[in-house]
Amino acid sequence: MDALLTRFFPNVYWDEIWQGSLDTLWMIAGSMPFTVLIGLPLGIVLFLTGPRQLLAQPTFYGVLSFVVNVLRSIPFVILLILMIPLTETLVGTSLGVAGAIPPLVAGAAPFFARLVETALREVERGIIEATQAMGASLSQIIFRALLPEALPGLIAAVTVTAITLVSYTAMSGLIGGGGLGDLAVRYGYQRYQPDVMFITVVLLIVLVQVLQTVGDRLVVFFSRK
Amino acid sequence: MIEFHQVHKTYNAAGREIPALKATDLSIQNGEIFGLIGHSGAGKSTLLRLINRLENPSGGRIVVDGEDVTALSSGGLRAYRRHVGMIFQHFNLLSSKTVAGNVAMPMELAGALSRTQIAARVAQLLARVGLADHAMKYPAQLSGGQKQRVGIARALATDPKILLCDEATSALDPQTTGQVLQLLAEINRELKLTIVLITHEMDVIRRVCDRVAVMDAGEIVEQGTVADVFLHPQHATTQRFVLESEHIDEASQRDDFAHVEGRILRLTFRGEATYSPLLGRVARETGIDYSILAGRIDRIKDDPYGQLTIALMGLETDVEAALAMFHAADVHVEVLR
Repeated sequence: MDALLTRFFPNVYWDEIWQGSLDTLWMIAGSMPFTVLIGLPLGIVLFLTGPRQLLAQPTFYGVLSFVVNVLRSIPFVILLILMIPLTETLVGTSLGVAGAIPPLVAGAAPFFARLVETALREVERGIIEATQAMGASLSQIIFRALLPEALPGLIAAVTVTAITLVSYTAMSGLIGGGGLGDLAVRYGYQRYQPDVMFITVVLLIVLVQVLQTVGDRLVVFFSRK
Repeated sequence: MIEFHQVHKTYNAAGREIPALKATDLSIQNGEIFGLIGHSGAGKSTLLRLINRLENPSGGRIVVDGEDVTALSSGGLRAYRRHVGMIFQHFNLLSSKTVAGNVAMPMELAGALSRTQIAARVAQLLARVGLADHAMKYPAQLSGGQKQRVGIARALATDPKILLCDEATSALDPQTTGQVLQLLAEINRELKLTIVLITHEMDVIRRVCDRVAVMDAGEIVEQGTVADVFLHPQHATTQRFVLESEHIDEASQRDDFAHVEGRILRLTFRGEATYSPLLGRVARETGIDYSILAGRIDRIKDDPYGQLTIALMGLETDVEAALAMFHAADVHVEVLR
């Protein structure tokens, strides 16, 4: 087995691959909660203030929507570089797993917020109307009707966002972010060692497949339609 | 009592004012089933939603049991809405909750009852609507009629005084419609609940309502007891609804009658008179002859009625005598020709 590995992957240091995989997982695990923490309320606000919704506020919605679009239109590689000073103030470094988390959150939260807005729009208006007719307050409408009804859609949004984060973590390798992307850049690209590139790509594919499968299962589990 | 005083509603769409409800006065008595009938866009849905303030009026006052509900604070409005149940055409049940969870929801939101009290009330409500065995199912596992029963149980959860029905049977097949209407009539009797329902089907009005208002282009064009409005429609819109409900094509009927000799009358019998052998007696005693051109014997809510279109043939004096006999028997006579 060892002989085989050495023969086909002569340049691969397996402990580095292991460390890189862990770093990637940590970056996703570290940025996902913050993405949800920022993106979910943002998505709810976008939904509620949107056209013909409960708290329709055309001007406010227009401005917020524009800001979200701006953040989403900056390519993530550029965002990584733009964020360096802010990242250093927030976590003390722009390198490694810690340094990758602020830009990852900044890139993923607006994306997640849009997905949340879309998922909430999928909830039938009649359900909001029925809940209002029961005498529900705004927070009851949100937490007792909207979010439970949109749960499968929200889980799907988390899944898509997590997968987007996988590709973002790979990019953060470009500026010393660590993880599998970092290995692919340093060994696969700069030293031209295709075997390292191959292994990192396979691991990323496996990671994405696992995330998607788990997400799909959860969506089915929580769907009652 | 629900009173509308000069209530109107205009929507602002793309800078233009669109009137949905013109200044309307209306009063609905406690304990009655009041029907609002109209085609889509007639304003009936707006009027219904003004009652529980899902829509806010552009002007006028809505007074429910002496309380001006147009002046309520947001907290007051939420408390008021708990006394007004609502059911919907598409049921609007939460798909993420079980049947029991849906019925429990209004009580959970109100926060006045304990868990055990809510569970007991849910069981009682589900038994009342005949769904005791379905408590743990999800709405997607139910038929349309069952979903509407859940909707009714949910609407009754907070013991409302008023029940608003928004086209509650329009998505159901005829048999299920009958069952749901019967359930509504029973609830109305048992709980002395005021029911306001909107529909575009005259048949729904005929089967359960006490009084009806006919709406057209944002205003009430005719209202009264169902028997009066249904048997003697005055406004063109009402007449169309009645003809539709009896599947009569006015033009072809006129053509058919053109070939008939004699006087054409429409006789309306109500109550016991419906089953009396009046026509035969009139024919024997006056010597006129008659032929029945069209007719229907049915019930309005619980009261029987008959409406016959007949041609009378005979001497002018005999026809007059026959008319006098009809009048004496309290039969309403319209001379059509």
